[in-house]
Amino acid sequence: MTTIVKGARVLGGDPADLLLEDGRIAAVGERLSATGATVVDADGLVALPGLVDLHTHLREPGREDAETVETGSRAAALGGYTAVHAMANTDPVADTAGVVEQVWRLGQQAGLVDVVPVGAVTVGLRGERLAELGAMADSAARVRVFSDDGHCVADPALMRRALEYVKALDGVVAQHAEEPRLTVGAQMNEGDRSARLGLTGWPAAAEEAVIARDVLLAQHVGARLHVCHVSTAGSVEILRWAKSRGVQVTAEVTPHHLLLTEACAESYDPVFKVNPPLRTDEDVHALRAGLADGTIDAVATDHAPHAVEDKESEWASARPGMLGLEQALSVVLQTLVEPGLLDWAGVADRMSVRPAAIGRLDGHGRPIAPGEPANLLLLDPAARVTVDPAALASRSRNTPYAGRELPGRVVATFLRGEATVLDGKAVE
Amino acid sequence: MKRHLLEAADLDRADATLVLDTAAQIDQALAGREVKKLPTLRGRTVVNLFYEDSTRTRISFELAAKRLSADVINFSAKGSSVSKGESLKDTALTLEAMGSDAIVVRHSASGAPHRLANWVRGSVVNAGDGTHEHPTQALLDAYTIRRRLGRLDGVRVAVVGDVLHSRVARSNVWLLTTLGAEVTLVAPPTLLPVGVGSWPVTVSYDLDAVLPKADVVMMLRVQLERMNASFFPSAREYSRRYGLDAVRMAALGDDAIVMHPGPMNRGMEIAADVADSVRSTIVEQVGNGVSVRMAVLYLLLGGNA
Repeated sequence: MTTIVKGARVLGGDPADLLLEDGRIAAVGERLSATGATVVDADGLVALPGLVDLHTHLREPGREDAETVETGSRAAALGGYTAVHAMANTDPVADTAGVVEQVWRLGQQAGLVDVVPVGAVTVGLRGERLAELGAMADSAARVRVFSDDGHCVADPALMRRALEYVKALDGVVAQHAEEPRLTVGAQMNEGDRSARLGLTGWPAAAEEAVIARDVLLAQHVGARLHVCHVSTAGSVEILRWAKSRGVQVTAEVTPHHLLLTEACAESYDPVFKVNPPLRTDEDVHALRAGLADGTIDAVATDHAPHAVEDKESEWASARPGMLGLEQALSVVLQTLVEPGLLDWAGVADRMSVRPAAIGRLDGHGRPIAPGEPANLLLLDPAARVTVDPAALASRSRNTPYAGRELPGRVVATFLRGEATVLDGKAVE
Repeated sequence: MKRHLLEAADLDRADATLVLDTAAQIDQALAGREVKKLPTLRGRTVVNLFYEDSTRTRISFELAAKRLSADVINFSAKGSSVSKGESLKDTALTLEAMGSDAIVVRHSASGAPHRLANWVRGSVVNAGDGTHEHPTQALLDAYTIRRRLGRLDGVRVAVVGDVLHSRVARSNVWLLTTLGAEVTLVAPPTLLPVGVGSWPVTVSYDLDAVLPKADVVMMLRVQLERMNASFFPSAREYSRRYGLDAVRMAALGDDAIVMHPGPMNRGMEIAADVADSVRSTIVEQVGNGVSVRMAVLYLLLGGNA
């Protein structure tokens, strides 16, 4: 299939035409034409490389009532993504080659984004012994990112071994940094608000202590460490220090931690319950600054669909997590681009280039240039959209942005030259 | 008054005073009467929805509603559909479909009454939610203080014990300070929440330093399980440092009173001779609880009957 995108502003630059052919960008220039090509009018639209998510919960296998690989893939495509890493905390857990290959195949069948399975670090996410990391790496799913996300690899000796072991696989351990003994029963950020609301506090130190430990371990054994969903100002400081010492550490921040604060918990509406919890204004600003200066490498959604009954309850018994794929780019627009903290190249870097590099994905996070894979999105930066939970492609409705007006609208997404989204709608 | 009573932090001075004044009027109206019953809420239905065991609070609300001639249903989480996993929302909608006008809810989860208030059209009264609030307890405490000391403005109240896990402490902090009292929280640092510095109170770790200046000492129940989680080393050490015994009681001013929301651990946070002394208002608090809860139900339901 051949497509000509007319007048797109690549990374916000001057308008140019893009010729997409045989899955690649065949040409970038003015007044391109090709016989039989589909023409997409991109007047006023910004072209970015297809986004790459390091942290998605697709819930399949196990909770297909909350999300499937297909519905999650559609949500991802609508958000401008061309690749997502599917977290391992499924049922059964993705801790064997069999399960990761199943998820990978489901992704191939859906064909809307490249679904890249994450393998569990430990058997059953139990934090006791290593899963067969090598088998998952060698499988058809080519696993490179390993994570017990949802659980911290809390045992320091086990974490050390995991960091060491994945060096042979060119892999990375993505740590959910949460000291479990400091967060027993924790419900929200510990501070003035938790004291008043009577919700058990989740102290920032429980995240920061694990990150501090892990960067030291990563340095000691010379391994790659990735830190999931960094949520506190203190964590940003520790990462900055570690990077200045040459530690091979990367980190991600979620859209919700860039926009929302613990004030949301005042309503006791568990749609705002998430792990790590929403933090303070000060943390939000430190996270934005950390992402802008590159201390934090990537925006990752931690897209966590939950069935209605798992959220429509009292706060303490609700499951933590919120949707993110369809609004991530808009949140980054609002929190970083519009305030001038990040330009379009910066957005491409933090949402595509660096996450692709961390996940060792070939063919994603590449420049929009002749010869490169045609993975890209077209964004209308001037649009403003009010988020309607009922209109989301995800099977779940637990978006924290319901009723909120956000800037930007993904008009089209192309995966290897094939449109997965056109006119803002998923291509059937 | 608002439609619900979810937290003492919601009450302004006028609303809180209205509840206390109404309770006083109810006490007056019933004083000396043989039939302790008012017809105010005849035909209205009050549901006591209790997800935690609490005989005293449940009975107090039940009596309050009955003395206002309301129909009362007690719905306890045990032996009901809740034990089969029915959600709070479904239970609430079921009760409302049966015609409940008010739901009095006790729940182990902070904020459960707030959720409930979003789902039902009737009034919701918080009878204790997790470690958040217990507003009617604070109202009855304020009522008791006012009756004993004649005022709340400028009254110095020491709240002693497990503030971290206490909904009674939280409700009293907001209500008593709204009504002009000066509150000092006394506890080991482990039993004070991080963030207590933002509350309109004074904090002390030293009970002996606080007692001589207190008009009211409110002792909180301390659960022995806390010991196992290292909130304090032993019951004995806790009692020695933060328990109120006769020796400590002697340091109090002449008119100072001793309160406890119950149930007490005699010998732990409060010595038996203190609990039974003339300073103690513990039994009086129970009686006042009925009057204050009558006032709350009357104000929430009676106005637009």
